Amino acid sequence: MTVQIKTLDFEPKRQTFGHIARRLGADKPATRYQEATLDIQATANFHYKPLWEPEFWQYDTRKTAVVMEDWYKPLDPRQYYYATYNIARANMNQAVERNFAFVEERDLIGRMSADARANVERGLLPLRHLHWGSNMNMAEMTQRGYGAAVTAPCIFSAGDHLGMAQIISRIGLELDGQTGASLDKAKDAWMNDAAWQGVRKLVEDTFVERDWFQLYVAQTLGVNGVILQFAYRNCDAAWKEGAITIAMLTEFMSDWRAEEARWSDHVVKTVAAESAENKALVSQWAKHWIDRAIAAVGPLSDALLGDGGAAAKAAGDSAAAKARALGLAL
Amino acid sequence: MSQLASLTLYNNDDARPIIDAILADNPGVRVLKMPGAVKLDCEDKLVVKRASVEERMGHSWDLQEIHLVLISMAGHLDEDDDQFAVSWSH
Repeated sequence: MTVQIKTLDFEPKRQTFGHIARRLGADKPATRYQEATLDIQATANFHYKPLWEPEFWQYDTRKTAVVMEDWYKPLDPRQYYYATYNIARANMNQAVERNFAFVEERDLIGRMSADARANVERGLLPLRHLHWGSNMNMAEMTQRGYGAAVTAPCIFSAGDHLGMAQIISRIGLELDGQTGASLDKAKDAWMNDAAWQGVRKLVEDTFVERDWFQLYVAQTLGVNGVILQFAYRNCDAAWKEGAITIAMLTEFMSDWRAEEARWSDHVVKTVAAESAENKALVSQWAKHWIDRAIAAVGPLSDALLGDGGAAAKAAGDSAAAKARALGLAL
Repeated sequence: MSQLASLTLYNNDDARPIIDAILADNPGVRVLKMPGAVKLDCEDKLVVKRASVEERMGHSWDLQEIHLVLISMAGHLDEDDDQFAVSWSH
């Protein structure tokens, strides 16, 4: 007896959800990113107006001055949703663990001079407070922003900042033999060291910025673009012979900044390109916050590098050049 | 007489950006859908470009990862870091 094996190909009745198919213009297979993002946020039929802000609904496009016809235009080029984001970060964190193991095994921190260690304590460790502030800002944009296309990557970014604050804290624990004394000193520098007060004031001012997209511009172009560019890129000379060790331990931040910028640049560019009014607003915000960030980092740059603020200026110039490349008029 | 260069890939989420990239980069490619698989045929030559796949995936992609979703191929293979081509020309 012969058995003939036949295959039947069943076409599914639908390739994706109706609301995704309407977005794609046809019923075709959608990516997980698209299915996890497009039109996920509720837009209507809210039951109770928030008591704390009765002029707005929970999700309200009027919480920023920029106007988008569709807040699902600024999509994430990295196509992150929960799974892809976590897989990507788990891989990056593995590299962090290996780098810390490498530095511990060879006692690279122990070989740094007292001078270099003091600079790291004063110049690098307070950044954990900056990252915590950035975490607050990204979480604020998540809750006040509009559309899952923008707000979902915002909460991922908030998680990233918390992770980076932890990496900085671990560098501190490596410096002080796991006692935490260096972190106390860093907190004191953040609160009282004159070199840090500009940065601290800037971060605290962003906390009270109510326009969420202005906050987005302040955080991504001002804080990430200028302050983090200075701290992780233009400041190597301050760590003296420990520069390579610190570069290894902060490798996550370098990778993250390049990757985050792909997303945040795309969002700023898309929103500014929507209309002349948006472009004018975003340009004005970008100029304001980049200028403020340069002024804020100047004293830090001078204190750590003795350069009269030149490294801060260089970081600011690169942020301004980037903003112009995104189509802003600065 | 020309021959068909061909690649057969799984029809899943991982392969879909690769299939889309092949369709965009190779005019005249014919698509044969089978249960769980997609066979792509083209006269003489079929090429997979890393840049096109990356653009659709949204992250960097090593061309060798194509083997995770590749079922079968027909044609002489010519590959480097940027493209993966099957063809019958010498």
